[in-house]
Amino acid sequence: MSDLNSMTLAEARDALKAKKLSSTELTTALVRSVEQSRGLNAFVTETPDRAMAMAAASDARLAKGEGGALEGLPLAIKDLFCTKGVKTTAGSRILGNFVPPYESTVTQNLWNAGAVMLGKTNMDEFAMGSSNETSAAGPVFNPWRAKNSNANLVPGGSSGGSAAAVSGDLCLAATGTDTGGSIRQPAAVTGTVGLKPTYGRCSRFGIVAFASSLDQAGPMTKTVRDAAIMLGSMASVDAKDSTSVDVPVPDYEKLLEGGIKGLKVGIPKEYRIDGVPADIGGLWDKGAAWLKAQGAEIVEVSLPHTKYALPTYYIVAPAEASSNLARYDGVRFGHRTSDSIHDITELYEKSRAEGFGAEVQRRILIGTYVLSAGYYDAYYARAQKLRTLIKRDFDKAFESCDVLLTPATPGPAFGVGEKTSDPVSMYLNDVFTVTVNLAGLPGLSVPAGLTDNGLPLGLQLIGKAFDEGTVLRAGLAIEQAADFRHKPANWWRSA
Amino acid sequence: MSAPETKSMPSKLIKGQTGDWEIVIGMEVHAQVLSKSKLFSGASTEFGAEPNSQVSFIDAGMPGMLPVINEKCVEQAVRTGLGLKAKINLSSIFDRKNYFYPDLPQGYQISQYKNPIVGEGEVTIDLKDGESRLVGIERLHLEQDAGKSLHDQHPDSSYVDLNRSGIALMEIVTKPHMRTSEEAAAFLRKLRAIVRYLGTCDGNMDEGSMRADVNVSVCRAGGYEKFRESGDFKHLGTRCEIKNVNSMRFIAQAVEFEARRQIEIIEGGGSIRQETRLYDSRQGETRSMRSKEEAHDYRYFPDPDLLPLELDADWVAGIQKSLPELPDEKKSRFMGLGLSAYDASVLVAERELADYYEELAKGVDAKAAANWLNNEILGRLNRDGLSIVQSPVSAAANNAIVAMISDKTISGKIAKDLLDIVWSEGGDPRAIVEARGLRQVTDTGAIDAAIEAVIAANPEKVEEVKAKPKLAAWFVGQVMKQTGGKANPAAVNAALKLRLNLPDEG
Repeated sequence: MSDLNSMTLAEARDALKAKKLSSTELTTALVRSVEQSRGLNAFVTETPDRAMAMAAASDARLAKGEGGALEGLPLAIKDLFCTKGVKTTAGSRILGNFVPPYESTVTQNLWNAGAVMLGKTNMDEFAMGSSNETSAAGPVFNPWRAKNSNANLVPGGSSGGSAAAVSGDLCLAATGTDTGGSIRQPAAVTGTVGLKPTYGRCSRFGIVAFASSLDQAGPMTKTVRDAAIMLGSMASVDAKDSTSVDVPVPDYEKLLEGGIKGLKVGIPKEYRIDGVPADIGGLWDKGAAWLKAQGAEIVEVSLPHTKYALPTYYIVAPAEASSNLARYDGVRFGHRTSDSIHDITELYEKSRAEGFGAEVQRRILIGTYVLSAGYYDAYYARAQKLRTLIKRDFDKAFESCDVLLTPATPGPAFGVGEKTSDPVSMYLNDVFTVTVNLAGLPGLSVPAGLTDNGLPLGLQLIGKAFDEGTVLRAGLAIEQAADFRHKPANWWRSA
Repeated sequence: MSAPETKSMPSKLIKGQTGDWEIVIGMEVHAQVLSKSKLFSGASTEFGAEPNSQVSFIDAGMPGMLPVINEKCVEQAVRTGLGLKAKINLSSIFDRKNYFYPDLPQGYQISQYKNPIVGEGEVTIDLKDGESRLVGIERLHLEQDAGKSLHDQHPDSSYVDLNRSGIALMEIVTKPHMRTSEEAAAFLRKLRAIVRYLGTCDGNMDEGSMRADVNVSVCRAGGYEKFRESGDFKHLGTRCEIKNVNSMRFIAQAVEFEARRQIEIIEGGGSIRQETRLYDSRQGETRSMRSKEEAHDYRYFPDPDLLPLELDADWVAGIQKSLPELPDEKKSRFMGLGLSAYDASVLVAERELADYYEELAKGVDAKAAANWLNNEILGRLNRDGLSIVQSPVSAAANNAIVAMISDKTISGKIAKDLLDIVWSEGGDPRAIVEARGLRQVTDTGAIDAAIEAVIAANPEKVEEVKAKPKLAAWFVGQVMKQTGGKANPAAVNAALKLRLNLPDEG
């Protein structure tokens, strides 16, 4: 089999269960794909030896007819997840050569299910970015290029390495995290599927924190079915995370069945915003038509506070980040300045100035400002009130529909370096995704078509809390109707 | 909550050069919660372990670590709140208090800011003159302790010990209801007694498990009363917070010093800056640490890693039911048994002492037992530098001694000798009385014989005592001597009266 690496997770799982394939063969192919794809800069740490050892152990279990839901399946892990004994950087210099002595709950769940780790993927520093250009390890390149162009495009962010790895067939599936769109936006611009589960569905234990009330881990996959399979293993209630929620984890793959006849799909009118290219609006209409054709009922709904979502997000997230990142101080782990220092303040200042990149510093400053005495009420307190109103918008909308359909991003992948000097235009990438994080709801990005110059676009489905099942089922309907079989041209692979 | 005493006593006034001044004191006490593990981690809280041997990844602020509330600590805070007769807030919120310091690994302390777990309550303090006074409690909240910076281990580096990092503290804040250093010390003593009765804090000030910051201000005579009537802080002076006051004695010294310092400044035409001051116990003075302007902006906000803490009313009621009898209740019960307010408050100051007393007093006169404990036991313990739990004579043994006094088996004098024997040699008091023939003589034949012998030897005294009946005491003494101290003095008295035809009042 020459292109084992392009199998979907479900295909590979079935082939392994049927003993048509061994995990060692599969993992060998993917380790090779990772090595050949270094030009994408998708991985910051490759763990081929660990991968082969895990594959061998999986083969032994499979031979005995044992094995978990992901037995022998090679995955890529975003470098925000702490992995015991494997360097974890969060895309930052400040973590230096930090090797966690513990494992995140989500990755532990994956290993318990039998998955194989290929390595850790590149990402925006501390998950702050929409293009994977703020990483201390350098930018990731999108496997996709525009028609007749050799220009490198960004893979979106912050889970850009994971998105590129899935899109370029460097892994069968990957983990991502999503604070304001960091799974769904890169998935949309790389032609992959990205699911941000309900806040509390996956444990945050062992995931380097960006904004604790918004962060949520989720799968990045080639298909909707694969997302369902991955979520089933990633999700769990966790005594080590007080914000994880004790709701039974259903068989998401099973919930894909049954079609969408009678499903009420809401179209939020406020998501038709100025300045969004015509292809996006056109694709959105097409998506609604696809769902209608499969028996869904399309209803218009209103989310009146949508316009406040981005400003609210860019207060709440930096505020929490400014506090979460205080622990990177050069005292106990990670980067410490090698300059001579005279007191503890200088140690902090130099270590942090050297260790954090510009975007992270910008957000720490914003967050510190909005929490300061005298500004707290004007910014943070008001943002929290708006957050409540945004959440209420969704509650109200879900009184008349089961799931919402929106664009995933305001445009396709853009050029490397194109938006780095304009943070506000970069932040606008999250315009369709941040509302979901603020409301703590599940959101799924599904590839739905290409732009005129051949770049993938995604549609987003938003569901009620803990109703990932419906979101996935509607996503499957889009996926089937769009019949998205496009693959990026294989320009990056070395021999 | 009943209104505390507002009358100001003349003794509370301090004479200045321009008139009389009053001191107003409020306190913030940090009490370490008695629990096996820390507030948000499973690491041990035991005192005195090797540096950094009791540190979980959470306490060290490692990436991706999350706090998980320790239910035991919550229970202890609620128990303490109930012991302070305070309002328990069924919903409270943990906030982050952000600042940088090497002994604060997360870069923030998890504390409670706007919504503490315990609201207003009150503590009755007992003063030396037997008087009681109420001190209002503003709030009690839970928070994490910081680690410890060690600056004396290396000439040009500092070390950090994180064993204490994350241990649960209760910060108990009073209203500005104390007026003298004596009241401040009495408050801390009473608070310590309450938490020790409750078993929520060991109250050990030497090990730092109870630490007090004292807020001191001064105002012109009458200002405090106006404040109490109106609740308006404008009648009070600007306060200074004194940190690091870690013994009862230092509280008194620090308050006295600080009040005089403030009066001198104001009388010299200056004004008080609101600031934090450090008490230096060696110099006996307070020194400026930082002014209000230099104070940190802690950027408090609700900790997004923790959900609001919701308590079940039935759970709180269950804790209320399990509360032990507290010092005030015990004191009034003891007073009901016939003890004076002073005796009762001395006995209830320590739960162990009260327990000892209760066992000692079983089936004997309460007052006699209290006197015995206060005069004999505490005196000897003090002499030997022992605490009540280290007493070489058990409460049961003392109970036997007091019982033997009251049923006239032995005299008070013999009882003291007996206590000395048991104190140094041990043994069962009743057995010793039997073995050494210490039993009091109530046999009238023996007493009569002794009386006859004394009369025979001192005929002239018989005439004297008839003229001056008060001299009967001399006869009693002689008879006691004759019987080796074992005669029952009352029986001797009665027999003498009969024999010498003395009037009854003798």
